[in-house]
Amino acid sequence: MERYPWQKAIVVGATGGIGAEIARNLKAHGCDVAIVGRDQTKLDSLTAGLALGADRSFAYDVLDFQNTQDAFDAIVQKLGGLDLLVFSAGLLPPVGETEYDIEKDRATIDTNLTAGMAWCNAAAKRFERAKAGCIIGIGSPSGDRGRRGNPAYGASKAGFENYLESLRNRLGRHNVSVVTAKPGPVRTPMTARFGALPGMIEADVAAAEVLRKSTRFSRTFYVPGKWWLASKIVQAIPSRIFRRMKI
Amino acid sequence: MSLPRARLERVEAWGMSTWSTSYVFRPVDKQGILEAIDEAGRTGLKIALKGGGNSYGDAFQSPEGVVIDLSRMTRILSYDRQTGVIRCEPGVTIEALWEHVIGDGWWPPVVSGTSKVTLGGALAANIHGKNNFHAGPIGEHVRSFRLLKVDGTSVECNQDDDLFYAVIGGFGLLGVITEIELQLKRIHSGKLRVEAFASGNWDETIRIFAEQENHDYLVAWIDGFAQGQCAGRGLIHAADYLDEGEDPHPEETLSVRAQELPDTAMGWIPKSKMHSLMSPFVSRFGMRFTNALKFRSAKKEHGKVILQRFAEFNFLLDSVPNWKFAYKPGALIQYQAFIPKENAQITLADITEYARDRKHPPFLAVMKRHRPDKFLLSHAVDGYSLALDFPVGRRNREDLWALTAELDRLVLAAGGRFYFAKDSTMRQTTADAYLGEAVQRFMDIKRQLDPENLLQTSLSRRIFGDL
Repeated sequence: MERYPWQKAIVVGATGGIGAEIARNLKAHGCDVAIVGRDQTKLDSLTAGLALGADRSFAYDVLDFQNTQDAFDAIVQKLGGLDLLVFSAGLLPPVGETEYDIEKDRATIDTNLTAGMAWCNAAAKRFERAKAGCIIGIGSPSGDRGRRGNPAYGASKAGFENYLESLRNRLGRHNVSVVTAKPGPVRTPMTARFGALPGMIEADVAAAEVLRKSTRFSRTFYVPGKWWLASKIVQAIPSRIFRRMKI
Repeated sequence: MSLPRARLERVEAWGMSTWSTSYVFRPVDKQGILEAIDEAGRTGLKIALKGGGNSYGDAFQSPEGVVIDLSRMTRILSYDRQTGVIRCEPGVTIEALWEHVIGDGWWPPVVSGTSKVTLGGALAANIHGKNNFHAGPIGEHVRSFRLLKVDGTSVECNQDDDLFYAVIGGFGLLGVITEIELQLKRIHSGKLRVEAFASGNWDETIRIFAEQENHDYLVAWIDGFAQGQCAGRGLIHAADYLDEGEDPHPEETLSVRAQELPDTAMGWIPKSKMHSLMSPFVSRFGMRFTNALKFRSAKKEHGKVILQRFAEFNFLLDSVPNWKFAYKPGALIQYQAFIPKENAQITLADITEYARDRKHPPFLAVMKRHRPDKFLLSHAVDGYSLALDFPVGRRNREDLWALTAELDRLVLAAGGRFYFAKDSTMRQTTADAYLGEAVQRFMDIKRQLDPENLLQTSLSRRIFGDL
């Protein structure tokens, strides 16, 4: 098995879906992984499943922005360094066609964007000093166009992707790579209510591809790659037509 | 817990093979050191001491801990031109030291292949030079030193104290050396008489070493690529101090100006850019070629006697600044084994041949003569050392580490020893095997001086385990 260039990793949002599979994949490749999640029970079962030590699992609510830096520092102390931060916490609440609920929208933005910035900021500061490191953020093709379905989710992903691009441009000169991985439909707890979507892949497949590509690129990519073309086509649709469509 | 985040820095092994991030303090006095120790105690971080940062491996690394970099403590506290006794702070480099004293006809009694090491680091590693078989390590020329313990008290140690033999060569694990008193060597010229001998194989190399032991300095470059009948071929340099009167005009060479290494190669290539010109040759093919070429020129040099300036002869590693960058984007490690003379020829030949067979030919191989010393964690033997430079890449890393573990067994079987300043790969079992009960005695002293084990490095954890 080819080894990844990372030895010590933090996965935020590791209790479900792609995050859990990324943690599993990293562990299988011999990385020292610390997992961060909100739900203690889920954390415990993942810790047991991955045969991680109890000192590698951190119950932390990513919405607690004030203490993110301290939590991050404590985890890095435990790991004895850091090479990789994966931020894969994500919220995709069901939103009705006529629903405009600021509380719900704010929770989405806070989880997907603000929390992502809090964790990535902490990692960015460290990696800039270390002149090494990698940040992987999970974006989404939903961030490419403002769709009817879930305005806040799309906005949060678009914002996060823009933020990650800024980080990439800041940190590239310091030998730090910043990756924006945009998976198409993946079978995870977050998407369970949609049933089978066209082109849907399993979370472990998505996780493996995210990590494999992250060893090679410091840029935005789609997972699997075919969604790049689909996304380009969607982006090319003129707004006047797009607003009449059902996607 | 609030960490001194602004101090977070990358700390890289000299050979670039490992790095970690640490909170780096650069004190200029004892007070500053104590503040750093306090800060570490408050935040529960471990402390590594760092001098010039010229150890090939992880001797000064403390991942996510505190690194106290002593290279800013550069005062010369006292100096007697008549007796050659000098007292310095630990950050004074060998370079600063010789430049300070050469005008008065003094020279550091023991110097390393680079002049960039600090005296604090030199004592911590107990460095040796090409004159190790006569002059011993630098520790034997230290009259006394002042040790700052982690509890804030200081103690002066001299050659009558047991502590003296544990702290020197103790890699900064017992306390901080804050003052060093050294006896310098009287010289009567700024030049050495250097004689060159080309040797065609291990037999000849060992024979020449044995025959030339009366010289003050002995060093050999060995072609690590040569095989079969040619294995062990190389170029041996024997050098001597000039006696009083031999140099009719010593004042001409006893000055910094006269010793200065040129800053251009062939008069026009800036030395600072040289490493990028070397870079294309740092490959297995390029190095085979370079080594072979060097041997051709060695044969022409055979038998010649020249006068060479001290700085030029001693500080070969400084002749191209940052030559290690030629190994980028990879890195390098050095594997230096010390073998008792009875087993030297067979073991040295075995080591190089084995490395070559395993597709890790050493890019540079240097051989020296040694004698034992009384220091607790001593690396010296009555015999020879061979230092092999290996390139490290992402792909060959694990294989190279496995190779060195196998070489360790060959060396241990021959009664050999190792040198932590060069080491990147040694395991605890190897250290236990050759140091024996010295480890326990060292630990006993450590428990007294540093009961909370504040002083720990990546190296110490690797070879002694969690203290």
